[in-house]
Amino acid sequence: MELVINGNCEQLPDGINAVQLIEHLGLVNERLAMEVNEEIVPHSRFASHHFTAGDRIEIVRAIGGGQA
Amino acid sequence: MSSVMKTATPGTADPLMIDGVEYQSRLLVGTGKYKDMEQTRLAIEASGAEIITVAIRRTNIGQNADEPSLLDVLPPDRYTYLPNTAGCYNEADAVRTCRLARELLDGHNLVKLEVLGDEKTLFPDITQTLSAAETLIEDGFKVMVYTNDDPIIAKRLEDLGCVAVMPLAAPIGSGLGIRNPYNIRTIVENANVPILVDAGVGCASDSAIAMELGCDGVLMNTAIAGAQDPVLMASAMKKAIEAGRESFLAGRIPRKRFASASSPIDGTFF
Repeated sequence: MELVINGNCEQLPDGINAVQLIEHLGLVNERLAMEVNEEIVPHSRFASHHFTAGDRIEIVRAIGGGQA
Repeated sequence: MSSVMKTATPGTADPLMIDGVEYQSRLLVGTGKYKDMEQTRLAIEASGAEIITVAIRRTNIGQNADEPSLLDVLPPDRYTYLPNTAGCYNEADAVRTCRLARELLDGHNLVKLEVLGDEKTLFPDITQTLSAAETLIEDGFKVMVYTNDDPIIAKRLEDLGCVAVMPLAAPIGSGLGIRNPYNIRTIVENANVPILVDAGVGCASDSAIAMELGCDGVLMNTAIAGAQDPVLMASAMKKAIEAGRESFLAGRIPRKRFASASSPIDGTFF
């Protein structure tokens, strides 16, 4: 199925969950937060959250920044 | 708060209190614009800052190899992270950013809200800022808010429940210094929450002036990161903030038009 991850279309196995996606993307040890269709998916629900085709996923991190 | 003159003996504790938490440093710094992570780390250390702002952005997928992350270099157990809604031009984006930041930082709910009005000035969009502050406070966030140097709006943001109000001294990154000291002073005098100058300082003396006006602290990024020697400027800013604070607490002499001799007239032999 196709998912939109950080603005890019990606092909992933049907029914994949958030833990599997993080593994697939090589982000296992990264500190991150995830939003699916503009709703936050808490870390505690990663294993039970299964994606559906067309989901828009944002995976974010903290980076250097100050004002604006 | 700042409007109340208080005395302090040099070297004694004079903490900055934000939402009931004590900080020893009154200098808050951003973590953007540095040459590399090592320079970021050295400058932040030299600044003595305990609260550091960070931006929330997309994770680089497929290219994060072994590059050190900010959280490795500046561990969140040592610094208080202040996620910033940098780059947000409306309430919805700002609220979304804060919610992601809270999830990212395990429920940490202290945030810096800024909703920008336009790219040229980076002045705040006040109507969006007010409504975003209300939404975030309702949602349990502790909001430190970037605003303009308008005393009426500063008070309104305090009344909404912001834990600190942070007027600009001059446009973000401009280094123009305190352009409206009278308004900053009025904001400080009216306030019951900490007032921090956020944006516009260019050099150490600008920071000292902000503190002498009675501000509780200063938040800056470009003035340090953009200096020829950021680590040295970070150290200068630390001292200027401390000097300005002590100068404010000490109470300056009144300005007089003419001279006033320091030596006694009694005992002159000429």
